[in-house]
Amino acid sequence: MSPEPRRLRRESDGAMIAGVCAGLGHYLNIDRNLVRIAVIVLTLLTSGLAAIAYGFAWIVLPADARTPEAPADRPAARRGSWLVGAGAGLIVLGLLFVLRAAGVWWSDALVWPLVLASTGGALLWRQFTGPGRPGRNSRWRASRGGSANYRVAFGLALVLGAGLLFLYINGALDAAGTVALGALTVIVVLGLVLAPLWARLLRNLGEERAARIRSQERAEVAAHLHDSVLQTLALMQRHSDNPREVSTLARRQERELRDWLSGKSEAEREASLADMLEATAAEVEEDHGVPIEAVTVGDRQLDDHGRAVAGAAREAMVNAARHAGEGGPVRMFAEISPQRVQVFVRDRGPGFEIGEVPEDRRGVRDSILGRMKRNGGRAEVRSMPGEGTEIELTMETR
Amino acid sequence: MSPTTVVIVDDHAIFRAGVKSELEKGVKVVGEASNVHEAILMIGKKQPDVVLLDVHMPDGGGVEVIRQVAELDSDPPRFLALSVSDAPEDVVQIVRAGARGYVTKTISGPDLIEAIKRVGQGDAVFSPKLAGFVLDAFADSPGTEAGDPELDLLTPREQEVLRLIARGYLYKEIARRLGISVKTVEAHVSAVLRKLQLSTRHELSRWAAERDLVDWD
Repeated sequence: MSPEPRRLRRESDGAMIAGVCAGLGHYLNIDRNLVRIAVIVLTLLTSGLAAIAYGFAWIVLPADARTPEAPADRPAARRGSWLVGAGAGLIVLGLLFVLRAAGVWWSDALVWPLVLASTGGALLWRQFTGPGRPGRNSRWRASRGGSANYRVAFGLALVLGAGLLFLYINGALDAAGTVALGALTVIVVLGLVLAPLWARLLRNLGEERAARIRSQERAEVAAHLHDSVLQTLALMQRHSDNPREVSTLARRQERELRDWLSGKSEAEREASLADMLEATAAEVEEDHGVPIEAVTVGDRQLDDHGRAVAGAAREAMVNAARHAGEGGPVRMFAEISPQRVQVFVRDRGPGFEIGEVPEDRRGVRDSILGRMKRNGGRAEVRSMPGEGTEIELTMETR
Repeated sequence: MSPTTVVIVDDHAIFRAGVKSELEKGVKVVGEASNVHEAILMIGKKQPDVVLLDVHMPDGGGVEVIRQVAELDSDPPRFLALSVSDAPEDVVQIVRAGARGYVTKTISGPDLIEAIKRVGQGDAVFSPKLAGFVLDAFADSPGTEAGDPELDLLTPREQEVLRLIARGYLYKEIARRLGISVKTVEAHVSAVLRKLQLSTRHELSRWAAERDLVDWD
């Protein structure tokens, strides 16, 4: 359940008329009733212009894909097309009255052609642009059967009829300029008929591209699983008599898969101190076959201080893996803040009295201590027989 | 004392079988369920002490199980969440829903038995990973939204306890190191759990919101 990118859509769920306000409210993340009130107030203030905008939004906005107006598996003519067509016609009629009342007017001859053309155009638009959903090419072809076809034909007839009517009225009034007017009318009619088709084509293209990206992603996942997971599973079957080997393989595969799922790029991982420490723990685990549980809190850009701490932490983990691998997992805990980096490496090995440090362990301790000191930090070793050992690395930065 | 009774809820049959055979050594497995619906029925029928709950399942996962059981049952069992994922949002989701602890599926058998017994007694179980995450979530300053500072900040002592858990210390080792009793350590951990569930810190809220846990309408 991934969070869907918010899109401006009509919301059929909780719609009062067509869900335009609800959709707008959802998109802007405000209460839908506030949007409704705003639209009503605007309608009153603009003598109806806002209502026309509403109708336009109704036609243009795609419906909420979650509740399609017609079930996808039963392709049918879109419901409410007649209403929308008639509504568009009435809206245009209303708009013309408003313009006329406002004094912007050319000729009464415009009225009927325009109303008819808008009704037909709206019908066509409704038929060609349904709620956007993947794989709907087939649906569109299927939906042309029966009633849908009839509506398309009727819409076309209305638009063409409007064009003819316009020509006829103007031709009767004025014979001059008929050719230019005719050409213009043809262009307008074609535009009305073709615009919905074009809009539909654009949307289908977008959907096809999304589908292609999805299938590419799928192929990539399959390739990755094949290269890594299946190979590891095969290896594990061949080593089934060696539990240690199997567990090492499983952990390595788990880590790889987690890295891959995290979606971070190589560069991003290299720039982070927390990721560097976790990667170091993973490497030591792989080299020595001892599980290392790494926990990090906070993060910051990897710098020389950070590299020094990571280097010392590696020594500490190698040391723990070598001497205390049998006592259970080694734990690495790192707390990173802008002022300070602190790393704890704890094992559950036999432990020892600080006074009686074996030579080889002292050597490692000195190398850790030395490295931290050179870089302005400090290291501390705590150990008790029977309680394991903990090495603490601290680096203060300004 | 009779052994702790457990119901295992996980949609992977192989995993259920494996866990069950491991658990038989220390606790009593009284039922199994492979999805949310079965889990609700099984928990209602068997009334176990503890439910071992997979976070990721179809139909809402472990969170949904906790929610529905809490609606039906006035005295619900305790939940221990189990998951392959260490993602912080999974942890916050399940713990905020009411789980008493969170362990990953790589936990060893004896450790898992120990964790189940602990949860059965009403204590919280913090793995080092979970402790690290909680420290991360409560780091820096308190949330910017109007919240309860009591809930939005960890006390220095709670932080200290969480750090030691993250470093791999057992409760009794923490108690010895800090010079307090094991009971006090448990009290601190329970307090942290409560804050995690009730805090209004924006990090926690944001994770919840991204996961659609918050109803926008």
